[in-house]
Amino acid sequence: MEAAIIGVGMTTIEKNKVGETYADLAWEAVNKALHDAGLGIDDIDNVITTSSDFWDGRTISCMAVGDASGVRYKNCSAVEGDGTFGAAYALARTLSGDYKTTLVTAHSKGSESISSIITNAAFDPIYERSLGMDMISACAMQARAYMHATGTTSEQLALVSCKNHKNAKDNPYAQLPMDITVNDVLSSEMIADPLHKLDCSPVSDGCCAIIIANADFVKKIKAKPVWIKGVAFCSDAYFMGDRDLSKAKALEEAAKKAYSIAGITNPQKEINVAELYDAFTYQELMWLEGLGLAEYGKAGTMLEKGIFDRDGKLPVNPSGGLLSGHPVIAAGLYRIAEVVLQLRGEAGGRQVNAKRGVAHGVNGLCGQSHCVWVLDKEK
Amino acid sequence: MEDIFNGIEPQVYKSQISVPYQWWAGETASKFFITLRDEKKILGTECPQCGKVFCPPKKTCPFCYVDTKNWKEVGPKGKVITYTVVYRKLAALKKNVPVAYGLIQLAGSDNAMLHYIEGIEPEKISIGMEVEAVFSDEKNASIHAISHFRPVK
Repeated sequence: MEAAIIGVGMTTIEKNKVGETYADLAWEAVNKALHDAGLGIDDIDNVITTSSDFWDGRTISCMAVGDASGVRYKNCSAVEGDGTFGAAYALARTLSGDYKTTLVTAHSKGSESISSIITNAAFDPIYERSLGMDMISACAMQARAYMHATGTTSEQLALVSCKNHKNAKDNPYAQLPMDITVNDVLSSEMIADPLHKLDCSPVSDGCCAIIIANADFVKKIKAKPVWIKGVAFCSDAYFMGDRDLSKAKALEEAAKKAYSIAGITNPQKEINVAELYDAFTYQELMWLEGLGLAEYGKAGTMLEKGIFDRDGKLPVNPSGGLLSGHPVIAAGLYRIAEVVLQLRGEAGGRQVNAKRGVAHGVNGLCGQSHCVWVLDKEK
Repeated sequence: MEDIFNGIEPQVYKSQISVPYQWWAGETASKFFITLRDEKKILGTECPQCGKVFCPPKKTCPFCYVDTKNWKEVGPKGKVITYTVVYRKLAALKKNVPVAYGLIQLAGSDNAMLHYIEGIEPEKISIGMEVEAVFSDEKNASIHAISHFRPVK
């Protein structure tokens, strides 16, 4: 693929950013990304904003961050969903040949609404919504199905939380850096069995921006590019009752496609770092298996062996992941930005040794759809 | 930068966005709900191509992408595909905790229905457990024409 990520910008992820509106967050992230790429706003020829009207409490929310994203008199379009999907649209535009540089932003401020009510509205209003489920209770059912099918234990889930919160201690953008034990996780409040409070990601505020450029433009600038080698996404059925919740079939398909585009035949050997959508502890394990980075049902055991630790063979969420800060919508774009920093060798205290990495985003309840990005240091 | 919030409450604009909506249930769900309420029978729709039966019923088969034309009675017994017990009073919940939810695959159906599991201590619920629908006297034709599912004695 003849395109690269040439700039990334992240705000710190916080519980409650009282000092900034979400447009202010976009302003900060976009300026950081421009500075990172060594560009000015006039070097950007089109913009994709990623947002959700429900989370923003505003109709046509994408328009409200336009000014802060420098869209005035530019071609701007929008995606509603996770930032990885916004970035996939941006990539398609860049590859079309009509654009040289596409700026992507994704933001949300979870602090400004009530997550349970917003995610309840994701359920079908005719058959399901009035039963009162939300993202946590739905994912608890998936966690139960996954644990039942694979024999994965609550202790193994808890280890994901310990690892990621510890990793976050070296991430200046993370909301919840913590040293915790398996016992701390298991004795934290049981919200929806089998998910304890510390199995769940927090509600967060944040914005991330990245700049995608075509190969010709990359030649002309000083910025250190990270090359996009393969991107694919795939969706499963809408109703949870129509899916096998214990498996991430849509992710398997998306990963297969992305690897095939990238020319990867053995992901466990050829991928050196992964930033995944760990909204809940069990998801990191399930998504690892869906991505072919662990055999089905084996991720928990590999985790216990330290394979996914920052100094392990395949570091997973060295940033601390979503468990350490989860700005919905922006979350997947943060994953991409983190892999970019890793591959450039600029991840500071959380740096791992990596040539090729995978970033992953999710849209919908219990991972209805997945977007997979394979990124490489070299073209 | 100067901390302008020092010693003061940050200003917020508070609102309750209240936008009335009404979703027409449509022909397929309406027939399902009316039969539930009036006949205490659970119906699914059958795909003429692959023969799969869906409950809750849907108008199209997601696998074959054709109209599901035939109605088939399913249940009222079924098995628990997966479940959770919610212990925190999450904002979307209208009931008192603990609340147990299950995805229930009804006998004769190929997919699963989301509903409450009651009549059992929450910690005794298990995957694969046999349950049956308990109908309510709900006057409206809705998913609440089934009150909940309970273990088969």
